[in-house]
Amino acid sequence: MSAPAIEVRGLRRVFRVRQGLFAPPREVVAVDDVSFSVPAGSVLGVVGESGCGKSTLARLILGLLEPSAGDVLVDGQRLGGMDRRARARLIQPVFQDPFASLNPKRRIRDIVAMPLVAQGDVSRAEVERRVAEALDRVGLSREQGTRFPAQLSGGQRQRVAIARALVLRPRIVVCDEPTSALDVSVQAQILNLLAELRRDLGLTYLFISHNLAVVEHIASEVAVMYLGRIVERSESERLFAAPRHPYTRALLASVLTPEPGLGVPDVGLGDTMPDPANIPPGCRFHPRCPVAITKCSTEAPRPTADAAGLVECHLA
Amino acid sequence: MSALLEVADLRVTIGSTAAVRGASLTVNKGETHCLVGESGCGKSITALSVMGLLPRGAVRETTALRFAGEEIGRYGERQMERLRGDRMAMIFQEPMTSLNPAYTVGSQMTEVLRRHRGTPRAQAVDRAAELLARVGITAPGLRLGQYPHQLSGGLRQRVMIAMALMCDPELLIADEPTTALDVTVQAQILRLLAGLQKDLGLGILLITHDLGIVARVADRVSVMYAGEVVESAPTAALFAAPEHPYTRGLLTCVPVPGKAKRDEPLGSIPGVVPRIQPGFAGCGFRDRCAQASAACAGTIPRREASVGHEVLCTLPPRWGGAAAA
Repeated sequence: MSAPAIEVRGLRRVFRVRQGLFAPPREVVAVDDVSFSVPAGSVLGVVGESGCGKSTLARLILGLLEPSAGDVLVDGQRLGGMDRRARARLIQPVFQDPFASLNPKRRIRDIVAMPLVAQGDVSRAEVERRVAEALDRVGLSREQGTRFPAQLSGGQRQRVAIARALVLRPRIVVCDEPTSALDVSVQAQILNLLAELRRDLGLTYLFISHNLAVVEHIASEVAVMYLGRIVERSESERLFAAPRHPYTRALLASVLTPEPGLGVPDVGLGDTMPDPANIPPGCRFHPRCPVAITKCSTEAPRPTADAAGLVECHLA
Repeated sequence: MSALLEVADLRVTIGSTAAVRGASLTVNKGETHCLVGESGCGKSITALSVMGLLPRGAVRETTALRFAGEEIGRYGERQMERLRGDRMAMIFQEPMTSLNPAYTVGSQMTEVLRRHRGTPRAQAVDRAAELLARVGITAPGLRLGQYPHQLSGGLRQRVMIAMALMCDPELLIADEPTTALDVTVQAQILRLLAGLQKDLGLGILLITHDLGIVARVADRVSVMYAGEVVESAPTAALFAAPEHPYTRGLLTCVPVPGKAKRDEPLGSIPGVVPRIQPGFAGCGFRDRCAQASAACAGTIPRREASVGHEVLCTLPPRWGGAAAA
């Protein structure tokens, strides 16, 4: 067996947040002791509500943030000691907002060429050839390559972001909410494109989304995050068919499928909102948990792992 | 059921864009009418037209714009101001941008009532506290003294809803009220709206791009595309027997948990939403439509597929055989 494409061991990231002029800064643990591995060629979906730490996790794996503790291994190598250019050849991002992530003053072909040019040792002819290849891969024409981002639609811009991620032929792509800013008909185009690229190029994805239906469609394995921890991780089909953590069940219950007559479900989470700066004692989900027992408010559950995955709940 | 809001043949032109090109819709008392479509299809502009809140430079024409039986199309700004926030209210997608960050929740909420009804402050505060409790906010007294930035997204949206209800409106227009929220909070807010509607008999015009929301809350659906209502039907009929190629395409684009197989491509609609210039004739969808013919460049007939189910399309009824699953 080859090394997993991504391996994360005991990853932790703490932010210090200033509260006021004289108050001491507070510690916010955005990612708390997270470990997992993603086999090459598969897709790990990460789901959770806003503030659960999924974007921080993405930035740690991309090397855009330093971990406070723990290690990220990409293709068997420690990310920490890696040169920026070497890292860029291995792992690339696609972000949510194609309006904010593309330089408005550069032509599309220059935006796509940038990672190659930054490598420094690629000839102009080679850059041109690889840019044309990347644009072609994502379904953009040469003529569109000469335009500026403002002249393209949201879906086309996201294709540009994907072409830029692919131009170095990376092994791994981290997609952080890649379709959330797009219309449904365009979202489907981009999801189909990502699935096709993974098959053709053997890519590995870390796919972050708050949309569970989208994650189910693309991910082979799913991790559910709550206040910085992975509370359940399992093979995708199993997670959607038989969720084990009460939070996973609530998330799945709140998905509104286009089936008329069913009404809006009561997800039973109450009104308490999770606050990453104020993590409750015991199980961090217990104030919202519909099935919590006394033990949950005092004792943090240990993760139990088996062949089917991992779950962190006293009752699972 | 009586019509609370009737919009007939609404046309809005903004600069060189025909934003709405002859949209008609009716919202009955106690009914939720969903206006669904992608960005730029004209659904928000339709809502703003009703509220008299179109951007400067927009030109609005209608054959009828009636609210509670009264023609409001010719109302001046003064008269509209009296209606807005009183008998018709609107909530927006991002509550942070529609709440004033410099005023407390309490002062913004009571202003509505004091302005429209001249209610004394103490009474208005009581009413605000009562409504905050009604929308599921615990400790309303505390929240009244807080500023918008001190609240979470879900709480802010609840405050917006409570504020919209201050004067007991008959019509509530909600423009993507849950798009900025987490799915768990979205479910709570939609349940809240459904409960309020049942108790208060509100007519709701709900604008969304999410077919899941439409299926779960709408009594009636109008699908907008390129400034036109291309299909309008009772919710069950629209999902069971969608007629317009755009509606059918839209329905195949949505991944349904447990239904779609991984690695099997989703249905998608090729191309992008066009920008329609004034003077454009024919069907706005024809460039993306697999069934388009020469007739689609002409005047498109509006036909009735079944009772209350109208389609704007040249194709014969049920062009694709059985309804999409």
